[in-house]
Amino acid sequence: MSDGPLIVIGAGQAAAQLAASLVQYGFKGPLSLIGDEPYLPYQRPPLSKKFLAGEIELEQLFLKPAAFYEKAGIELILGSKVIGIDRKASAVVLEDGRNLRYATLVLATGSRAREVFLPGIGLTGVHVLRRISDVETIRPQLLPQRRLTIVGGGYIGLELAAVATKLGVKVSVLEQAPRVMGRGVGPLVSAFYERLHREEGVSIATGTRVEGLQGSDRLEHVVYDGGRLEADLVIIGVGAVPNIELASEAGLAIDDGIAVDENCRTSDPAIFAIGDCASHLRSTSERRLRLESVHAALEQARIAAAAICRQKVPPLQTPWFWSDQYDVKLQMAGLSAGHDEVVVRGHPNEGRSFAVFYLRQKRLLAVDAVNRAAEFMVSRQLIGEQAQVDAGRLHDETANLKEVRL
Amino acid sequence: MVKIVFEEPDGNEHTIDIPVGLSIMEGAVKNMVAGIDADCGGTCSCATCMVYVPQEWRERLPPMDKPEKAMLEFCPHVDESSRLSCQIQVGPALEGLRLKVPDSQR
Repeated sequence: MSDGPLIVIGAGQAAAQLAASLVQYGFKGPLSLIGDEPYLPYQRPPLSKKFLAGEIELEQLFLKPAAFYEKAGIELILGSKVIGIDRKASAVVLEDGRNLRYATLVLATGSRAREVFLPGIGLTGVHVLRRISDVETIRPQLLPQRRLTIVGGGYIGLELAAVATKLGVKVSVLEQAPRVMGRGVGPLVSAFYERLHREEGVSIATGTRVEGLQGSDRLEHVVYDGGRLEADLVIIGVGAVPNIELASEAGLAIDDGIAVDENCRTSDPAIFAIGDCASHLRSTSERRLRLESVHAALEQARIAAAAICRQKVPPLQTPWFWSDQYDVKLQMAGLSAGHDEVVVRGHPNEGRSFAVFYLRQKRLLAVDAVNRAAEFMVSRQLIGEQAQVDAGRLHDETANLKEVRL
Repeated sequence: MVKIVFEEPDGNEHTIDIPVGLSIMEGAVKNMVAGIDADCGGTCSCATCMVYVPQEWRERLPPMDKPEKAMLEFCPHVDESSRLSCQIQVGPALEGLRLKVPDSQR
């Protein structure tokens, strides 16, 4: 086992899981996690859900208590920025000038909110939602009758819209694409979410381009291609970009994210990359995939930990994702790209419960399940098995889900 | 604090103290109980925190809601004693609860 010093750049979900898995595998070497935020490794999904709503405390975000790291002898270097990787010297360089030597380096640098370049973007009252500090800035401003415009109708924007509306904020969402959540779900599901938000009182405009923000000092208006909206607060949620700069400056191969093989190893055998920043070569597909999801972060952390400890690498699982908005739980499994058939179970146009299945040559590729946990669980299994399914039974609400396999 | 005993996949007995108000899953994850993955962090989205509850304890746990039932219906390795540990809040009535962790959550 290679038990020289192991340094992890990043202290998010992937980094914390890597540390936990290394401990489980009995890793004995010095282990350091370097994070640029001042917090213990924490889960990010609640930042646009329960933590934003004030329903859970800061401590509940932390993935492991401080005692876990102490007991395992893991050094947490928090509130610290890495400014370079010196591969010749096998060292990372911190902003404060320190050089830390590694035998193995893991890049878990995550992603950051995509920036938009708009006139007025620097006005007071314009924010992104990505970190605990963002929530701390935004939450006190989510007051009844305040007017919030969300630029971007993706998961973060719509989860935020749901929380803010419940708090009495008047919410408008402006989405440039023809439909919301277009990267993640199919058109039927997008249409459902547009209806859901309108039913809850959110104003949604798709196919709408924001042209600028106006105000004398503080934000006052959002200008878009169809007019302008009065706004007290703007939150930009137009996706994330992977933090690949340290890797690319160090000469590592990049392929959208940091290019890694099946075992999450980069083009330098001493360096791994996991989580949002990594483009992972999944053996089941021919090209690398960069997935921004908790599941991918955890899966890649477990794979890298096994590879580092020379243990059997766990088999790949069906990718899955979730989103909570109002009383609606969306669970997605698989990847629908390349589907040739769409099957619907339930009614997307009424109520709040249905599932959409995506098939290719009768094999189940993916599912979007809206308040349909059973459909999600069945699909996750069938997708993993590349099973052929009976489209008629999938569609038929009276047919038993245990009998959809062909 | 409420004492909960886990029988881990390798047969090891792991006893932990969980503060009242946290879920059993939160307590297990923070204390590194083996075999509780809890990928979704406790939102009843993933079914990777499943545990087996012995007969004498089942009636004493809060009943399952619809989402938990639906998740468990098609959960790997499920049986009639299965619960999702993220859906059970810890209270004094659970002192001494024993749970068995499945060999795998997949």
